[in-house]
Order: sequence, then C-alpha cells, then structure tokens
Amino acid sequence: MEQVFQQLINGISLGGIYALMALGYTMVYGIINLINFAHGDIYMVGAYVGFALTTFFNIGFLPALLISMAVTSLLGIIIEKIAYKPLRKSPRITALITAISISLLLQYTMMYFVGPQTRTFPEVLESKSLRFLNGNVILDIKNVYILAITLILMVALQFIVKKTKMGKAMRASSFDLEAAELMGVNVNKVISFTFAMGSALAGAAGVLVGIYYNTINPLMGSLPGLKAFVAAVLGGIGAIPGAVLGGFSLGLIETIVSANGGSVFKDAVAFLILILVLLIKPNGLLGKTVKEKV
Amino acid sequence: MLELRNIDVYYGNIQALKNINLKVNRGEIVTLVGANGAGKSTTLKTISGMLKPKKGEIIFNGEKINNLNASDIVKLGISHVPEGRRIFANMTVMENLEMGAFIRKDSKNIEEDYEKIFSLFPRLKERRKQMAGTLSGGEQQMLAIGRALMSKPKLLLLDEPSMGLAPLIVKEIFSIIEDINALGTTVLLVEQNANMALNIANRAYIIKNGSIELEGDPKELLKDESVKKAYLG
Ligand SMILES: Nc1ncnc2c1ncn2[C@@H]1O[C@H](COP(=O)(O)OP(=O)(O)O)[C@@H](O)[C@H]1O
Ligand SMILES: [Mg+2]
Repeated sequence: MEQVFQQLINGISLGGIYALMALGYTMVYGIINLINFAHGDIYMVGAYVGFALTTFFNIGFLPALLISMAVTSLLGIIIEKIAYKPLRKSPRITALITAISISLLLQYTMMYFVGPQTRTFPEVLESKSLRFLNGNVILDIKNVYILAITLILMVALQFIVKKTKMGKAMRASSFDLEAAELMGVNVNKVISFTFAMGSALAGAAGVLVGIYYNTINPLMGSLPGLKAFVAAVLGGIGAIPGAVLGGFSLGLIETIVSANGGSVFKDAVAFLILILVLLIKPNGLLGKTVKEKV
Repeated sequence: MLELRNIDVYYGNIQALKNINLKVNRGEIVTLVGANGAGKSTTLKTISGMLKPKKGEIIFNGEKINNLNASDIVKLGISHVPEGRRIFANMTVMENLEMGAFIRKDSKNIEEDYEKIFSLFPRLKERRKQMAGTLSGGEQQMLAIGRALMSKPKLLLLDEPSMGLAPLIVKEIFSIIEDINALGTTVLLVEQNANMALNIANRAYIIKNGSIELEGDPKELLKDESVKKAYLG
C-alpha cells in the first residue's frame, strides 16, 4: 500500500513535467499543424538558464524560474520567426524537417558553449522530507514544489486561454486560422504568442527537472521531448486538457512500470502505449472529433 | 462605396477571375449570382484580403485596399461571412460573437450590440452558452452573420448563406438580410440560389467562368429567358 502511494507521488511529479511540455506541443500543433521537435531542446535551454542563474548569479529559485521562462519564451518566438514563419505555406513535412534541424542546432550549439558533460543542479530548495504512514511514504518537499508550480502554471494557462482576448483568439485560430483572420485577428501575433506560452512552459519544466533529478546536459531534451510528444498525442494533439491528461498518465505509467522491475523497458512502454491508444482511438483520449453540420 | 476594377485572380497558374469590374453603392443590396465554380467565392475572398489580385485594384471608400491584410480590411469596415459559415465550433455562441467584436475597443457599446444581435436572432440568445458546434445549420448561419455584424461593418459580404438549409430557414435568413440592410449595412450577397437573391437585391451581376456575364436590374434578370434557363432552373 505504501509502495503505491510512493509511486503515485513520483508519477504525478514526473507526469506534471511531461504535461507542461506536452502543452507546448499541443498548442503549437493546434495553430500551425507543426510538431515542433525543437520543443524538448527549448526545455533543455530552460534548464541551463535556471542552472546558470542559480549557480553563478545566486539567484533564488522563483526568480530563476521566471527568468528562465522569459528567456525560453523569447527563444520560442525567435525560432518561429526565423525558421517556421517562412515555411508557413510549405508542405508540413518541410517544416517538420526544419524543426528537427533546429532541435539538433540547439543541442549542439549548447554543447559547444557548455561542453557535453553533465552538470549538477544546485540544491536551491532545502531538501526536506515529509514522512507519512509511519515513515514508509516519503514526500520530498521538492515534489510538493513541482506539483504546486505545475498546477499554478496550468491554471494560469487555462485562465489566459479561456478568458483573455488573446487566449480566445488563440482558440479561434486553432480551430480555423482563416476565419480568425476574418475577425481581424493578427495571425502572426497569435502564433508568436502561442510559441511564447508553450516555450515558457517548457522552460519551467526544464528548471523543475533540474531540481528534481539534479543533473542536466545538452541532450537532456531529446527523450523527454519525445515522451511529451507522446503524451500530447495520447491526450489528443491540439486539445489542451488532453495534453494535461496525457502527461500525467504517461508519468504514472512510467513510474509504475519501473517500480515493478521494468525500469529498462519504461521508455519502450511509453511508445507501446502510444501505438495501442492510437489503434483504438486515433484522435487520442480527448482529441477533437470534428463533426460537420450542414 | 466598393469598386473592383479589372481584377484578375489566380490560384497558382489557374486563372479564377478574369477582368472583374463590380460596384457596390452605399445602402444597396448587390447580388453576384452564378453556377458552382464560377468564381463567386473567389471574388469575395479577394475583397476581404484572403486572396490577392494579380491585376487590377479594389477601392473601398476612396482607399485602395487590395494590398492590405485580411485583418486590416476588417478594421476598415468590411466583414466577410465565408462560405460554409466557418463558425468556431469549439467555442460558445457568446464567444463567437466576442470574436466578431475582436477589433473593437468600445467595450460599453459592444454589450449593447450583443443585445442587438440577439434581437435579430432570438434563437442565438437562448443558446448563448452552448457550444457553437452543437447548433443546427440554420442557427450556425445566423451565428456567422451575427458574428460578422459584431465588427460593425459598413459592408457585409455574404457567401451563399442559403447553402444546405431548408427552404423555410432560407426565407427567414433572407428576410433578416433585408432587415440588416434596412438598418444601414450595405450588402454584397453571393448566391447559387439566384431566385431568392435576385428577389431581395437592388442590383445584380451574373458571373460565369470567372467573368462578369451580365449586369443589371434583378427584376429584369428574373424575367430574362436566358437567365431563367441558366440559373433559375
Ligand atoms: N484553393 C483553390 N485552389 C485552386 N483552385 C481553386 C481554389 N478555390 C477555387 N478554385 C477554383 O476557382 C474557380 C472558382 O471557384 P469559386 O470562387 O470557389 O467558385 P464559386 O464560389 O462560384 O462556386 C473554380 O474553378 C475552382 O475550382
Ligand atoms: Mg463558392
């Protein structure tokens, strides 16, 4: 029983991080139908910015998190403007290949500057463990922070998307870009805004991962990036609640698999699940089933 | 108010509009009728800035608009209800109307204008919190028109509002179009359903294979034998 609780806690923390990243994939896909394969590397940059700020500038955890988010959102805007915007009318495969190139570019540019070695994230949060159930369940205070920040960011996103004018323009554009333009929406602004939001969330996820696992390296974005993409597809790409559900599900499944002796297979399991879900529900768990009414 | 001068439009290498000349005066209902594929939608898309003409110019209230973006053309007072309605099915009826008012900053008047839309389309009021995708076809068309009106257009472009709707609903929608016009909005109405359109229009153009074939008084066109044969079934 205690085991289950412990795994639940770990799975939710991990899932929250996947969910934050999956949101970026899904929002960008929703608007320009592009799988932004550089998204995992934006998360890596976020982790490094957080690392640099806390290690070299002695900046506290929260300000470092916010600055990282600002830097990655700017990075997202720049990548979109330089690399994707000129390809907006090109076939999606062209943009996809560009995204993969940008991913490699970010990885190896970072490696050039900081070296390939793994860095240790400083202990920015005092390590404190809360023990439950006679000390059999350990809740590291880090988990609490990660979960709290994940939830706050998700609520903030939800608010922006549901209530603000820009958020409504985003939803309208993701449904029908041309129709949104006919409402007077400046599509370029909406796309920039979407990249900014998605990248900020990825940056936050990068810092949170740095804190959670303590180590970062220039290639750290590849696999989590792919898994967050799996999470987004699992939930139904383009659907914001789907990304959250997909992220948490994937985190939990992975933790359960590795806790039951399957840590070698846990990555494979993620992709196996993806294949199974898509066989049964091609649109993902909460994916759009577009119904045309005449 | 609106003038198209010698407009040519291409899709890649294929010419869709050939030397289109068309005029809409303030206060009018002008209709552009023609068969499927004649170039009606292309004409409206060119006016609203979704397509750029290769040749010719479009003048709106004395200003050349054919180089502007669609989002800037709305701000000048042209609102386009596209073919197939294109409502935001993932948003509520109310949110669709809010999107219609996207370019406006006068939030106080916007509130009053929602009420005006609801008095034109009482059915939308009952369904204001409902997802737009759950509306019937006729209601979706009403929402598309209401949404377009929320930008307070001087000129309303309507692309086949009767498409796929039952005759009774079509009648209702056409009578609302007349009301909208009577309240001061100029209308350019594109239709395959020529009979209905010619009945409410002040002036009419007939388009065929991308060119204007005939232009005139809709009452005359309704009586014209060749028009009857080709467009009125
Ligand atoms: N996106 C497009 N790409 C290529 N050709 C198009 C496109 N849209 C329309 N056309 C062609 O342009 C012509 C005019 O189409 P359209 O303006 O949609 O006609 P209408 O609205 O009168 O039915 C048709 O021959 C159509 O096949
Ligand atoms: Mg058409």
